[in-house]
Amino acid sequence: MKLYCLSGHPTLPCNVLKFKSTTVMLDCGLDMTSTLNFLPLPLVQSPRLSNLPGWSLKDGNAFLDKTELIDLSTVDVILISNYHCMMALPYITEHTGFTGTVYATEPTVQIGRLLMEELVNFIERVPKAQSASLWKNKDIQRLLPSPLKDAVEVSTWRRCYTMQEVNSALSKIQLVGYSQKIELFGAVQVTPLSSGYALGSSNWIIQSHYEKVSYVSGSSLLTTHPQPMDQASLKNSDVLILTGLTQIPTANPDGMVGEFCSNLALTVRNGGNVLVPCYPSGVIYDLLECLYQYIDSAGLSSIPFYFISPVANSSLEFSQIFAEWLCHNKQTKVYLPEPPFPHAELIQTNKLKHYPSIHGDFSNDFRQPCVVFTGHPSLRFGDVVHFMELWGKSSLNTVIFTEPDFSYLEALAPYQPLAMKCIYCPIDTRLNFIQVSKLLKEVQPLHVVCPEQYTQPPPAQSHRMDLMIDCQPPAMSYRRAEVLALPFKRRYEKIEIMPELADSLVPMEIKPGVSLATVSAVLHTKDNKHVLQPPPRPAQPTGGKKRKRASDDIPDCKVLKPLLSGSIPVDQFVQTLEKHGFSDIKVEDTAKGHIVLLQEAETLIQIEEDSTHIICDNDEMLRVRLRDLVLKFLQKF
Amino acid sequence: MDPECSRLLPALCAVLADPRQPVADDTCLEKLLDWFTTVTAAGSSLLLLQENPCLVELLFRVLKSQDLSSRILSFSLRLAGIFAAQEDCFQYLQQGELLPMLFGEVGPLGGAAWTAPAVRSGWIQGLRTLAQHPSALRFLAACGAVDTIFSLQGDSSLFVASAAGQLLVHILDLAMRGPARGRCSPQACDWPACAQKIVCHIEDSLCSIATPQVTQALNVLTTVFGHCRGLWTQGLWVRLSPLVARLLEKDPVPASHSLVDLLLSVARSSVPSSDRGLWETLAQTLSHLSPTQAGPLALGILKLQDCPQALRTQAFGILLQPLACVLEAAAQAPGPPGLLGGAAGDPMTADTLLCSKSACVGLLCCALTHLGLLQPLPQRPSPWPQAPLLGAAVTVLRLCSGSVAPTSDVGGRLCAILVGCGRVQRAALDFLGALSQGAGPQESVTQVFSVLLEYLMSPESSSMVLKKAFQATLRWLLSSPKTPGCCDLDPRTQLFLRELLPVLQKRLCSPCWEVRDSGLEFLTQMTRHCGGQAGFRQALLASEVPELTKQLLQDPESYVRASAVTATGQLSSWALLAAPASPERPGAQQKSLLVELLHVLCADSEGFPRRAVMQVFTEWLRDGHADVAEDPERFVARVLQAASRDPDWEVRAQGLELALVFLGQLLGPRGSHCPCAVALPETAPPGTLAQALPEAAPPGTLAQALQVLCRVQLFEFAFRALFDCDRPVAQKSCDLLLFLRAKAAPCGSPQEAGDSPNVASVEATLQRWQAGEQGQPLGYLEPGAVMAVLRSIDLEGLRDTLAESSDHVEKSPQSLLQDMLAAVGVLGENEADCY
Repeated sequence: MKLYCLSGHPTLPCNVLKFKSTTVMLDCGLDMTSTLNFLPLPLVQSPRLSNLPGWSLKDGNAFLDKTELIDLSTVDVILISNYHCMMALPYITEHTGFTGTVYATEPTVQIGRLLMEELVNFIERVPKAQSASLWKNKDIQRLLPSPLKDAVEVSTWRRCYTMQEVNSALSKIQLVGYSQKIELFGAVQVTPLSSGYALGSSNWIIQSHYEKVSYVSGSSLLTTHPQPMDQASLKNSDVLILTGLTQIPTANPDGMVGEFCSNLALTVRNGGNVLVPCYPSGVIYDLLECLYQYIDSAGLSSIPFYFISPVANSSLEFSQIFAEWLCHNKQTKVYLPEPPFPHAELIQTNKLKHYPSIHGDFSNDFRQPCVVFTGHPSLRFGDVVHFMELWGKSSLNTVIFTEPDFSYLEALAPYQPLAMKCIYCPIDTRLNFIQVSKLLKEVQPLHVVCPEQYTQPPPAQSHRMDLMIDCQPPAMSYRRAEVLALPFKRRYEKIEIMPELADSLVPMEIKPGVSLATVSAVLHTKDNKHVLQPPPRPAQPTGGKKRKRASDDIPDCKVLKPLLSGSIPVDQFVQTLEKHGFSDIKVEDTAKGHIVLLQEAETLIQIEEDSTHIICDNDEMLRVRLRDLVLKFLQKF
Repeated sequence: MDPECSRLLPALCAVLADPRQPVADDTCLEKLLDWFTTVTAAGSSLLLLQENPCLVELLFRVLKSQDLSSRILSFSLRLAGIFAAQEDCFQYLQQGELLPMLFGEVGPLGGAAWTAPAVRSGWIQGLRTLAQHPSALRFLAACGAVDTIFSLQGDSSLFVASAAGQLLVHILDLAMRGPARGRCSPQACDWPACAQKIVCHIEDSLCSIATPQVTQALNVLTTVFGHCRGLWTQGLWVRLSPLVARLLEKDPVPASHSLVDLLLSVARSSVPSSDRGLWETLAQTLSHLSPTQAGPLALGILKLQDCPQALRTQAFGILLQPLACVLEAAAQAPGPPGLLGGAAGDPMTADTLLCSKSACVGLLCCALTHLGLLQPLPQRPSPWPQAPLLGAAVTVLRLCSGSVAPTSDVGGRLCAILVGCGRVQRAALDFLGALSQGAGPQESVTQVFSVLLEYLMSPESSSMVLKKAFQATLRWLLSSPKTPGCCDLDPRTQLFLRELLPVLQKRLCSPCWEVRDSGLEFLTQMTRHCGGQAGFRQALLASEVPELTKQLLQDPESYVRASAVTATGQLSSWALLAAPASPERPGAQQKSLLVELLHVLCADSEGFPRRAVMQVFTEWLRDGHADVAEDPERFVARVLQAASRDPDWEVRAQGLELALVFLGQLLGPRGSHCPCAVALPETAPPGTLAQALPEAAPPGTLAQALQVLCRVQLFEFAFRALFDCDRPVAQKSCDLLLFLRAKAAPCGSPQEAGDSPNVASVEATLQRWQAGEQGQPLGYLEPGAVMAVLRSIDLEGLRDTLAESSDHVEKSPQSLLQDMLAAVGVLGENEADCY
């Protein structure tokens, strides 16, 4: 069993598991941090950005973090754990010769589609007049300013995919439900389990009859909107692959939400605007819910909230229809019937308005001070670029970063100098290390496999020994482009016996509770299923006692000698020998048993626990006589 | 005993002794016992029994009855104890062999009733009351009660076990208290047999291998040294101290908590004056106990008034150990000598700190709390290591927040244990607050302010931690030195304030109401103390805090609204709410605050904000707040009108307080001579109104004042309050009217207005009010009519009635007996109102 690790980003994993002749890709996250090396794509011509000195040429800006470690066309299936971890899917399904199936839950696919659609839309609506790729040449690259010159493997950076590619990729997905068992070629069974992190997010169990591998990726134990995490089903795993822990282990989401609300209120009360760069789905639902409870108490009822994204409408609506994927509280609301999320009420009362982009209706309705939720969190493309340009100059305004995926300082770099206030309140509800250690104690896997980042404290806080996975035996770690041999051996395989063959068996009890029967059968293997079938009728003896070599087509059906069992009581055996006329018998004890010496006949009978040898010189008659005497003490079957 | 009670007593005794009659409740029985205690304390018990033979009969019948409830049995045992406490009565009961039957082996002791804890408890309490004289001691010895008490020390009921221990102490004290027992001879032969027996039992228990027995012995001894003052206790200690010291040789030390209690109890008694060996035992104990167990002992030693310096140093060292370990573990490099003068931290303490999270948290919290308690005491160790302690508190807080990066292995482990631990954070913040009372070197104080700021800023701080952080910050700010020459904050504090206010601003916007509330409380206190200091005023006015505070008057949480009311009131008192940029409309904003607060008073659905408004208004009136001073009459009229309708009695009571302040301003304060405040020496000592009645005011001023009072309808308010269904309001109003009447005594004669129709109608209305019909208003009152009414009401009588507790009518013993009889239907009608 091997694990090929294709991503170095612990929260955007991409691993390939080879297990019992199947090749399973676990997630395909897209690490977009390299977009930070590029200038923002403004929606409106920005004199400031276009007049920057030098290096003004831009390239496409979506990047795939993959290596030639494995031929991706051999991947049989791809299991997706949540919508953030499928953003690289088009690159794999469309450009590698992949012919397999992708499994994901319905909300994952729908919201994943929205995220991809938004990404494509953001990039495509500001087409670039020129593109450059010459700089990727190593000789030129090293002349570029830092950090570009230090970027690794720029040659693997790719242009953003198109909508056609997205549609084609998504068409290869097969929808699954929680706890549904999916057979892969009869060899293994995969099952998605609720992971509690996002709508439809899953952990996966990959198991055969005797082995179980759990893949835990992006899970949460906090009470937010999704269905709670299913921990019980992860028990008894041989290997637990653990990825997607919180990116900000020192920040508690509750504290951060408080911080978010306080800063938002402070800014708005002073007449400033608040900009929240965010993804169109996920934490935004929880933030809107918190604000729903908070705005009245903070006297902000008259402040408009704008949600701007090409998929804003779909995202808000989708969230309300996936009732079965929501936490219990929200599910019960559906039966009242009420919308599960309170943002419906915010929309109804006109407190929250959503627009596909800043063009059109939005410019008519726009009223300040206000709060704007919009993408992209990298601040490199999307409507957020416009607001950064618009509001950056006033210290009354605030940008509040809630998504932990990008370094906020790097994201802000092209906008400097910046007068607007910047607040960093990363809200990451995924497991922290305390929760992980509780989870591992509860689930008790034999082995834990995780990215190497989790096995040591974060580099910036090397003294925080609490910020790492602490388990026994120590977790096996992997890094990008590494192949791990998973530490367990397969020892058993399940084989079925056909009923008629089973009928013919005559088990014999050899000791209480243990029965034996001999089987002669043909082992038939197809689709990773092994079946014992009755042997074909024995072929007519072709004469002679000469042994026939087993041929490929017809199995050797020679009549088997019976198997023996039991032990020989030496005293009784000696008595029997004496009865049959042997005299001068001597018994010697050895380390393993006894030696019965028939001195007269110059014969030696070695009786040991698992073998009996009769040693006599060229006297076949004597040997057969003795053998028959020995056999009298043994059971045959 | 009054005849009526004597008459009822036989019937009651019959009821009590009758198993078929269910007795009222335990409270009645307790009250009955209390009454008998009072009766016997006032006179002879013997006479009582002779005059009321039913009582002895009751005891006999209780003994004979088989199926009596355990409550009655317990009651009878205690009753017998009360009677037998007097020696002649004891002899009388002895003649009837009643006492052995009650307390001896033939009594309940051997029977099935003994299984009830109430009976065992009654038996012990009975003996406890009875054991007051030498005859009782002989009786106890004769009936073998002491052995039973020994066994009851391990009773399954904690109450019984504890009472048994106390009884042993009482008996021992009684036995040793004899006139010739003053010597402190440890020789056993000199001691009375009974005491001998008890001490031997204690000795045996101390040598026992079973920890519960050791604990019992130690607890008994702790009580002995805590309560018995005789010289014999010194002898007892000389005799027992070797056994106690031997406990220290065991590992682990058994019953360490009780041992610590005992040693401290001995150290506080008269023993140390005679036995210097005690200090040695204490020193040994300190070194034998684990760091966690030794902490309370060390604190106790340091609180002692006089004990050897060496021992104090050792004890202080123990308290400092955990913090010394923390300092050592977190030190980046070997620095200046830490808490222990450069000595290394004790490895045992370090082990305890690192062995588990709970042990570490427990030890650190105890150390911090103990040191915090010690800090303000006059006998705290000197020199007090203020600077290293500040350093330690800051380090603990930094370890808890994860903001310190210790390089050592131990430091790293400590950090992993402590990070995010709210309990330690709270304890450390409390301790840090306590340390504000002492000065510290400049850099330590800078560190303190920076760690406090870090906590106040951190989104990870829980609401409780934030509250403590605010409290500690306040203490440090208030204790910070003032700039010499002017009474302003020093530049460093001002710098800190400028950083603090944006944080406070953010906290006032927190979604968590507890945080908003503690922020407002901090602001109120800060303003109260520093409102006049230019630096503070400047920083505050430059921030948005005042504006935000005002907005919080609309907070959805009533506690926050109340705190916002208090805070804005305080800010307004110091003219910190008005924007300095609008000089052309001075006070415009403050006026609107008055209106806003009046609106809260009239409209808020919760009591807390309304109470807060009344307090603010009272303070404003007292301090002559600018808005109030403009037209105090109108102000008082509006406030009283709102307060009189308030459903919350505390608001109404506060209304009377405000009325009183107003009266004081009009007529002169309590005890002064003249409303014009002519500087005459005060003759009457300050006290309650009723005690220190003011002298009359000059008639001219008084007439004007009464006019004003009538205009603001203060009388209508006060008269309504006089018949308020809540006693405190009525009492307060009564006091106020008495004060007023005394002040106004010379104004007119009773004949002047006494018969006018106005007075009659007022009196009629008041009577209706008293009867509970408060719908009708009084209307406008003439000062003359008011004075007439005031004179006609029996305010003194009303005051006395109100001063009685609400059940005073039904509290008599007679009523108690009647109630109990009525409850079982013996009395024909239920005459008494059972409260």
